[in-house]
Amino acid sequence: MSILLLAHVDTDGSLAKPALEALGAAKELAAGLSVPFDVGLVGGTADAAAVQIGSCGAAQVFGVCAPELTEARYGTDAAAAEAVARVSGADIILVPGTSRWMRVVAGVAQRLGGRVDTHVTECAAAGAEVSVTRWYYKQRIEGVLTRQERPLVLAIEPGTRAPWAGAPSAMAVTPVDVVVPAGRTRVVGVRAPASGEATVRPDAELLLVAGAGWTKKQADGAPHVADAERLILAFLAGARASLGGSKSLVDQSGDGQAVLPFMTHVNQVGQTGASPRHRKGLATCCHGEEPHVVGWRFIGERRAVNLNPNCGWAQGKADVLYVADAFEVMAKVNELLG
Amino acid sequence: MSYHVVVCAGIVPDPLQSLEPVTGPAGPALKNEAMLPAVLDPWAGHALFEAANLVKQQAGSKLWLVSLGPKAKLQQVMMKVAQKVPFEFVAIDGSASGFTDSAAVAEALAGAITAIPGLDQNRLLVFGGWESASRAAGATLQMVGERLGISEQFQGVDSLTVGADDAFEILERIEGGRHQVSVCAGPPAVVGWATGSLREPANNPQLGMTNMRSLMPALQKAAPAAIPSAGTFARVAVPSQRRETRIVKDWTPEAIAKDIAEWIRQ
Ligand SMILES: Cc1cc2nc3c(=O)[nH]c(=O)nc-3n(C[C@H](O)[C@H](O)[C@H](O)COP(=O)(O)OP(=O)(O)OC[C@H]3O[C@@H](n4cnc5c(N)ncnc54)[C@H](O)[C@@H]3O)c2cc1C
Repeated sequence: MSILLLAHVDTDGSLAKPALEALGAAKELAAGLSVPFDVGLVGGTADAAAVQIGSCGAAQVFGVCAPELTEARYGTDAAAAEAVARVSGADIILVPGTSRWMRVVAGVAQRLGGRVDTHVTECAAAGAEVSVTRWYYKQRIEGVLTRQERPLVLAIEPGTRAPWAGAPSAMAVTPVDVVVPAGRTRVVGVRAPASGEATVRPDAELLLVAGAGWTKKQADGAPHVADAERLILAFLAGARASLGGSKSLVDQSGDGQAVLPFMTHVNQVGQTGASPRHRKGLATCCHGEEPHVVGWRFIGERRAVNLNPNCGWAQGKADVLYVADAFEVMAKVNELLG
Repeated sequence: MSYHVVVCAGIVPDPLQSLEPVTGPAGPALKNEAMLPAVLDPWAGHALFEAANLVKQQAGSKLWLVSLGPKAKLQQVMMKVAQKVPFEFVAIDGSASGFTDSAAVAEALAGAITAIPGLDQNRLLVFGGWESASRAAGATLQMVGERLGISEQFQGVDSLTVGADDAFEILERIEGGRHQVSVCAGPPAVVGWATGSLREPANNPQLGMTNMRSLMPALQKAAPAAIPSAGTFARVAVPSQRRETRIVKDWTPEAIAKDIAEWIRQ
């Protein structure tokens, strides 16, 4: 059996955290199976990235480099990944589950006549087999499986393990030739959220979830959306938190209601939203219904502020529920964090 | 610019149902799976609504909905979906379980798409959800695309705008709540939708009646597909998520704020 870690090189020539996490997984799996592992680097250049991981113990480092590969695009990335997979002949191919690889891994598995599992939270040697852990039904059921088909492509979920850490060291790159297909897709660039404010911060310690309560009528019979906006943004800045929203809140933008302009569907947490990974989460003005809370599966400590002592958070879904007015509480929290 | 849009959309258990796994001879399944009420897979639903909107705007376009699931369940779900947007239905009778193999599902879907009479593969847009609410892997559509020889593929799409020429601009979700913007010179392409920007259309019973004309025959002639389990499962379980909730009542906002601020700093 042989293992390949496939990683894409960032525009600055380095490997980012998800790639180093997947490298750690590949190294551990190889050790568990007592087999060697290779690394395949895809990007504009590979030399600096190879040095960055030079001491990782890879048998070989392959590089597939072309100017077109500085951009994430299905046609070019799939061709590059396929080429390096074929040269390495690996049975098990690990990739970091970044948006870039998630766009192509299944297509690459199909080209190679193999199979794919994504959002893998653990992969380990089980005798001579590879056991794969992932979630089904939107984080509701955890399954552990083995597969016979090869190659098996595994996308390692970012944030599920510690990144490989080691000293840089000289490492030769074996170039892999690839005919980059001309394709019909031109990457134009990246568009920041409409507000211009990056509110989704995967690396933040804390997730703040805002629910629809922030825009509802309050005790005085009127909504206070401007206050809500000010309080939430001040908290994000003070706590350096990432911002999530309930479906009811982010859906309002389509309803022509008074809305929080920085909240869009990319902030949505839950069944039809994201399942982010943060050490702590604070839910405010959010009821904590099951389709929302399934998105909290990977949040460590959970606290909630809600006026309703019988809201979903009280039903064993949070560690602490503060029964209080979030407008009042968050104003004071902001003073303390200020 | 006219398109032939094929939406691949599965069915999933209603998200308000609690799910319990059981292991049978053919691998894992859900307890009382046949009895659980099902809904159209949410992200695939967004793909369907976006497709219907595109087809409405681009004269001469056509929309097919391809779905793999147990026939009886498909019928229940499609009775409702048929009231939302006009489409021609293509059914495949097989397991809708999340524990099945994406490659086998892709094979069945690609086969059904290829068999659609009159489908122009040069004008083809294959739509679907970027991930299902069952397997939640984001794998099937890519494999369908590969089987159909389509290497212009996009995932996590929130917007597709057709330009004056044949080209369209696509916004795909990437890390940090941002979107990658690409321009694709034209079909064929695979588009895995995230939420998009359209509301779920209101029910239209008259439309439901029209759609029924293709729905019932499609269900009758649904070809059976044997979809195997993804592998050998050593374990499937619902890890306990229940916490001992401490309910803090009658504290002043100041006291609560202090508690929260201390917790954040820990
Ligand atoms: C197929 C499907 C998929 C779904 N997917 C998702 C999903 O991905 N994510 C999701 O979030 N939901 C999802 N839902 C919807 C979910 O069931 C709930 O409707 C939604 O989460 C409710 O949002 P909310 O708690 O923000 O709003 P509400 O239910 O309106 O609750 C507002 C809360 O704010 C509180 N409140 C009001 N004012 C204050 C105040 N001053 N201080 C403190 N508390 C206050 C109220 O007590 C209340 O609990 C889905 C539903 C379905 C059917």
